[in-house]
Amino acid sequence: MKVMLFHLMSYADLDFEATKDYETVWLNLPNRFFDPVKCNALYNRYLDELESAEPLGFDGVAVNEHHQTAYGLMPSPIVMASALARRTKRVKIAILGSALPLREHPLTVAEEHAMIDVLSGGRLISGFVRGIGAEYHTFGLNPTISHDRFHEAHDLIVQAWTKPGPFAFTGHHYNHEYVNLWPRPFQQPHPPIWVPSQGSKETIDWAAHPDRRYTYLQTFSPAKVVGKYLKSYRDTAESFGYEASDSQLGWAVPIYVADTDERARQEAKKPFELFRNRLLKMPFEMLLPPGYSSRASLKGIMAAKASLTQELTLETAIDMGMVICGSPETVKDSITDYWNDLKFDNLLTMMHFGNLSQELTQNSMQLFAKKVLPQIQALQSQSMVEV
Amino acid sequence: MFEDTFLTIKGCKIRFRRHGTGPVVLYLHGANGVPKVQPFLFELAKSFDVIVPEHPGFGESDEPSWLENMQDLVYFYLDLMDQLHLEHVHVIGSSLGGWLAMELALRQPSRFSSLTLIGAAGIRIPEAQPGDIFLWSPEKAAQKTFKNPALVAWAIDNPLDQDTTLKNRHTCALLAWAPRLHNPMLAKWLHRLTMPVQLVWGEDDEIMPLPYAHALQKLISQSLLSVYPNCGHLPQVEKSEEFVELVTHFISKVAQS
Repeated sequence: MKVMLFHLMSYADLDFEATKDYETVWLNLPNRFFDPVKCNALYNRYLDELESAEPLGFDGVAVNEHHQTAYGLMPSPIVMASALARRTKRVKIAILGSALPLREHPLTVAEEHAMIDVLSGGRLISGFVRGIGAEYHTFGLNPTISHDRFHEAHDLIVQAWTKPGPFAFTGHHYNHEYVNLWPRPFQQPHPPIWVPSQGSKETIDWAAHPDRRYTYLQTFSPAKVVGKYLKSYRDTAESFGYEASDSQLGWAVPIYVADTDERARQEAKKPFELFRNRLLKMPFEMLLPPGYSSRASLKGIMAAKASLTQELTLETAIDMGMVICGSPETVKDSITDYWNDLKFDNLLTMMHFGNLSQELTQNSMQLFAKKVLPQIQALQSQSMVEV
Repeated sequence: MFEDTFLTIKGCKIRFRRHGTGPVVLYLHGANGVPKVQPFLFELAKSFDVIVPEHPGFGESDEPSWLENMQDLVYFYLDLMDQLHLEHVHVIGSSLGGWLAMELALRQPSRFSSLTLIGAAGIRIPEAQPGDIFLWSPEKAAQKTFKNPALVAWAIDNPLDQDTTLKNRHTCALLAWAPRLHNPMLAKWLHRLTMPVQLVWGEDDEIMPLPYAHALQKLISQSLLSVYPNCGHLPQVEKSEEFVELVTHFISKVAQS
């Protein structure tokens, strides 16, 4: 299994007490609560953590894109990926992902990703996302055309990467008389494309299509939900007449390791609950603007609304398989069990969450790297061995 | 009673209600559609031939794939007017429907005898931000729509069914998410509206705040403005009696001249 370090770069220094009466840390939390001096320290600390993934033996590092929020400080993951491209030599660099519909000119995504791919000598994994609902409020972009723009932007980017230029691209949303990429990507025909998602039929149908076979990455969800969507991907592939390989499936999950189970739970409790119950919280209308999801999906989500908005303790989240937390032995067994059950070849470890301190993050990463990582990297399914 | 039927315009089926005799009055609804014929429409039907369509994408009307923006809705309504041979129409447009009314009248001014614009969307001014209807919970939306607490409570207790709500919200977003509730190219041509125009506003409108009424009054020089105190975004509901009296008088006077 490939194991990557995935960083959300939360604004861990937010004054959580002073901001506790705000409904959410997304969209309209006043930016007077942001301190650039504190952020300078955080950016450098977080990049140190990501860079340390290489000597620790991880297979890759990963960053993501979110806008106008204390949840994550990367409105442009491209900036962080560029910094990482120069400071690492071996690991894959995954952008998970760039929010295509939010771009007025998705050709800029094709260009910027190609730059990083060339700069890193072909180590880029290119993630494509739509951006979350809140970002359609942030950008004033019409959510009812989100899917349509995503698909068209994808077509434009892949054509720009693969089709000899110059050529004209005529779309419904995007039009270019001259598509002629300089630089072209290092990897041929193009960097691997991953599709991170919270799970939707539309996304899975699209990613699993034989023309694409993109790696589907289930983001922070209970293990049961992860299982449901990974299975759905495999079933969809089967309905298209092929068998999905494990490398087409991934899971992003917070992980915390300490000497003992008890200590791990004690140390992870507050930062995790802050992450789950404060940083991820937002009103329903902000999360799901009209058209962002199909109305059938929306009705399903509305029916489950109570359980989605309920606050969770770390202990409950561990039981639900939303987070993996404990001694190295517990964490290794737990990942191995999930792997045996779900069979995914990509594990995205979120080893920093909420306001977990630098010291605890480093301790957890080192223990994980020493006592868990080699064993889980060795996990390989039978079908993979035969190939 | 209103005749309640469906009408097919070039392949698009819409819910269509009509009642009364006299000058033709076309009512163009706002973001929440017209699930029920409201009392003010019954009152108007005593003096006029009142036509109440549900726009494509709302209520029980079709959701055609060609509907992508306000311009599409405008041309649909011109098709509808052609099919029904409507040549001298008094339009009443509420909110989104007010925006639609202005767009329609700009394209074929001679077919529109008068416009009554209620809390109309359509333009954007720097002095006032429209309410963010897409960020409000149903409870907050009710509080922002009406001033009268009894109407707020009624709206909260009597929501539309889920399917209709989601459908209406979707189409409303399709038409008005961005640019938010307006067409940036509209304001500069509003001087071309030369028919009589009556603006009707609630003083406490939190969706299209009162400065929008004053801005429209300037842009449409012959327009009249009536502002109701203690009233939100829908004076035709909240100040029904006063509204009916005002509009009946306005349209009758135009029709007689």
